[in-house]
Amino acid sequence: MVASFFNEMYASDGLRAPYQMLEGWYQNMPAEFRALKQAEAEDLFRRYGITFAVYGEGGDPDRLIPFDMFPRVFTAQEWRKLERGIKQRARALNAFLSDVYDRGEIVRAGLIPADLVYRNDAYEIAVAGFRPPLGIFSHIVGIDLVRTGAEQFYVLEDNCRTPSGVSYMLENREVMMRMFPHLFQENRVAPVDGYARLLKRTLASVAPAKCDRDPCVVLLTPGHFNSAYYEHSFLADLMGIELVEGQDLFVEGDFCWMRTTEGPRKVDVIYRRIDDAFLDPLCFRPDSTLGVPGLMNVYRSGGVTICSAPGAGVADDKAIYTYVPEMVRFYLGETPILDNVPTWQCAKSDDLKYVLENIGELVVKEVHGSGGYGMLVGPASDRATVEAFAAKVAENPSNYIAQPTLALSTCPTFVDEGIAPRHVDLRPYCLVGRDVELVPGALTRVALTDGSLVVNSSQGGGVKDTWVIAEE
Amino acid sequence: MILKVFHKTRYDFASPVAGIIQSLRLTPAKCDSQKVINWSVDVPDAVMGEAFRDGAGDYIQTISLRKRVEHIEITVSGTIETIDTAGVLRGHRERVPPRAYLRNTVRTEPNRAIVDLVQDTLRDAASASALEHAHLLAAAVSEALPYRPGATHAHTTAAEAMNAGAGVCQDHTQVLISCAHLADFPARYVSGYLNATEDGSAHEASHAWAEIYIEGLGWVGFDASNKCCPNDQYIRLGSGLDAQNAAPLRGLVLGGGAEVLDVTVVIEAQQQ
Amino acid sequence: MLSRTAANLFWMTRFLERSETTARLLDMGFRNALLPNTGGGYRNEWGAILQSKGVLQSFTDKYGEIVQRNVESFLFFDMENPSSVASCIRSARENARIVRTALTSQVWDAINTSYQELMAMQRTERSKLSIPDLTDWTIRTSSLIRGAIESTQLRIDGYNFMNLGYAVERADNTARLLDVKYYVLLPSVAYVGSGLDNYQWTTLLRALSAHRAYNWAYGGELTSVQIAHFLLLNPKFPRSLLSCYAQANEHLDQLARVYGRSTPAQEGARTLLGELAEAHIDDVFDEGLHEFLTRMINVNGGLAQAIHDQYLTGEAR
Repeated sequence: MVASFFNEMYASDGLRAPYQMLEGWYQNMPAEFRALKQAEAEDLFRRYGITFAVYGEGGDPDRLIPFDMFPRVFTAQEWRKLERGIKQRARALNAFLSDVYDRGEIVRAGLIPADLVYRNDAYEIAVAGFRPPLGIFSHIVGIDLVRTGAEQFYVLEDNCRTPSGVSYMLENREVMMRMFPHLFQENRVAPVDGYARLLKRTLASVAPAKCDRDPCVVLLTPGHFNSAYYEHSFLADLMGIELVEGQDLFVEGDFCWMRTTEGPRKVDVIYRRIDDAFLDPLCFRPDSTLGVPGLMNVYRSGGVTICSAPGAGVADDKAIYTYVPEMVRFYLGETPILDNVPTWQCAKSDDLKYVLENIGELVVKEVHGSGGYGMLVGPASDRATVEAFAAKVAENPSNYIAQPTLALSTCPTFVDEGIAPRHVDLRPYCLVGRDVELVPGALTRVALTDGSLVVNSSQGGGVKDTWVIAEE
Repeated sequence: MILKVFHKTRYDFASPVAGIIQSLRLTPAKCDSQKVINWSVDVPDAVMGEAFRDGAGDYIQTISLRKRVEHIEITVSGTIETIDTAGVLRGHRERVPPRAYLRNTVRTEPNRAIVDLVQDTLRDAASASALEHAHLLAAAVSEALPYRPGATHAHTTAAEAMNAGAGVCQDHTQVLISCAHLADFPARYVSGYLNATEDGSAHEASHAWAEIYIEGLGWVGFDASNKCCPNDQYIRLGSGLDAQNAAPLRGLVLGGGAEVLDVTVVIEAQQQ
Repeated sequence: MLSRTAANLFWMTRFLERSETTARLLDMGFRNALLPNTGGGYRNEWGAILQSKGVLQSFTDKYGEIVQRNVESFLFFDMENPSSVASCIRSARENARIVRTALTSQVWDAINTSYQELMAMQRTERSKLSIPDLTDWTIRTSSLIRGAIESTQLRIDGYNFMNLGYAVERADNTARLLDVKYYVLLPSVAYVGSGLDNYQWTTLLRALSAHRAYNWAYGGELTSVQIAHFLLLNPKFPRSLLSCYAQANEHLDQLARVYGRSTPAQEGARTLLGELAEAHIDDVFDEGLHEFLTRMINVNGGLAQAIHDQYLTGEAR
């Protein structure tokens, strides 16, 4: 079983090219030096953390996501293919959103069942018929990928709402460059620090037509008690925009205003990191205090742009996921570059039958779940767990999908004894505005426990710096 | 028929509030059954946003008042021509796919009693048409919930109304929506006005009914409270998933305390 | 700048200044309690201290009898008392935390460290902490934070709001401390000029760390008129009302310049400063010291409100 995992450094035919320079690096690293560097890395992260948010009382180190110093490396050629595939998918997802809130051609063409789209909780009736600036709904598309072979990548899921984690991509690089500058002098690692500038440019490019000056962009956070507050303040700071809470904004007339010491200032674009349901108590949950009363009216009358657009969630639903390759063909007339993982929809009776019969071999997920919760990894679970989960699936089949257990690739990862292969995934962040942009980098998550396939930070996952080696 | 509408909503605050913001759905949209002759929404001292049409085809407008607000008065007055289309909504420009109206909210979520009501009603009607099914459901709701003001309140859900065994137009409408969904009909809540001066009570002038989507026919109104389909006595303001979602006024008071609400609605048929 | 950011900076420094004043009051009470009971004097100096803070009722509700140990707990450690040193430092840290990115790491470190030390003191056995230790710690901490602000914060609007918080709170506190001495502490007019009176003045000056400064400025002779002049109208003394309003003026002027518009708050502060700069101490006593102080406390509240309305709501157009 273990032999069948693709090792990104040591493939069956020996040391793979992108990792050649790293072999000497780690082999020549004395154990004490490594420990010192690891401690230094943690110290750097804590200092960043303390700059932007204070974990618990006075910087609780347990809250830091473990950082593995061994970088993950892609060649320019590998990345080119990924980049084309990711951008293609991001365009297709946006075309889909723009379509289902307009005429729903893909549904009329019979390619996606109407009920899967229109009865979906994430389909937002309030924005039906509304076309956001440039027709873009999802401005930051996070696509979770896994690799199973030298050439084979699969998309695990799409994140069209507010994918998080990009601050780790930026910070991991920052920390690596500070700790091992010579690695960057000796290798042509493509920089990722343009991300914040690109994000700002992307957000500014979707300012409403009514905006006739340099757009005022803000980042809307639920507040400092939110677990991702660190990332919110980090990104706002890098982009040089205000980090606002709902109480900092108000609606008057046809616009949304920010409360400043110089009086109300008109806001043009809101990069929101709160869910649709909390955006506006006059449109969605009436008990929400995180949002801005009246915001949806301003949005729908073209006074402000909300990124991602309310209702974008209908595209990243796990049941819709199956149809993304169809979207690529339908809207773009192209062949999908990235493959989906074969997926069984438990809502379909044939699929359900197969899933229940083979559940011990499969990964079963909740349609609306996230973060690795509400999920069964068949081969890694004991019999009782599998049976209990099977019962849940049988009871409410439409709530589940199943996929084969993928042989996730491994990357060398520092462990007590030296290095060892650990399973990894990949989350690049594609920006969609006037242009579609992707920085040459991503967040690599690594399952630090031997044999584990779960990379989520809430369940023992860590992160790595992800390199793309630029061409000569 | 030509109907004149006068609708005044006034909030008086016990102590001044920091501000108030409201999303109004108080202007009827044009369709085959109604055509506005003149219409105005007036709120003294308020900043009023421009009205826009949402995907459901309703006119929406934001109004707000800031700093030490002691009261707010929203006055709607207008004249509208209505035509009886036997409850069928035609010529209404909207963008929401009917299948999107199959979802329930907390207020339309069915309970056992509603499930039973639907089963009992449709059990012997297998051969009847979809339109007949909708009529049967509306009639069943009228029968199950006698009209009784005070039996329910503004936040009562369909299930709670069924338990109470009585209700007003809001309850009839939400229960009917819940029933229709169980029978796989898209259904929605409509708020509007009813010219009920002949026999109805004054507060019925602000009215609500359900619309059920019948394949081949489109959206059809059903007023379970009055055991009929909307005719030229009805003015349609807007729709939504439930009473809250379709409310003509939805607002928020900032730093609010006690308030006194006073509503006057007068509908008159103009002599022709 | 976001109004919420400005509000947090303004309140952060107000709480810091308030924690220092509470500590100074505690010190004043402690010194008064060392005075031998003269029989006719105020029976319970601690009661006067609590009364000055407007917390006498909540103290007796919670602790009953007024004994030093309980007052110490109440004024220093009690998190339920919003003006205790601990509460104020916690609130200041909370304000700082929310606007962390608007502060330099030196300022944040100073505030955060003081909070951590406070938590450690909470866990220390009380008998090991004397009132002078506690008040010294508070004053030292306060100076450290203020020093960090002065030497590291950029001179931008945020810096102005921090200084406005300090100025407004300090003016209020100076007025209240003086009022305690003059109105609350001394039992009757008959004692004016008595040994008790003099002792209490000395105590007040010591509590304000102004004893030596006063001697330097007025040659050591203690008179209520000179002391009042020193605390209210002397531009050399940094805690005097005049100094506080000079500071408030300076920062409001800077804001008006940076933002390119004059404001009612600025005009209010300017009028106030003008009045104090022109005032003669005899006028103050003619008006009645207590009456004057009460008026100043109200006017000061009005200035804080004007700052709030202009800058902290974000609605002033």
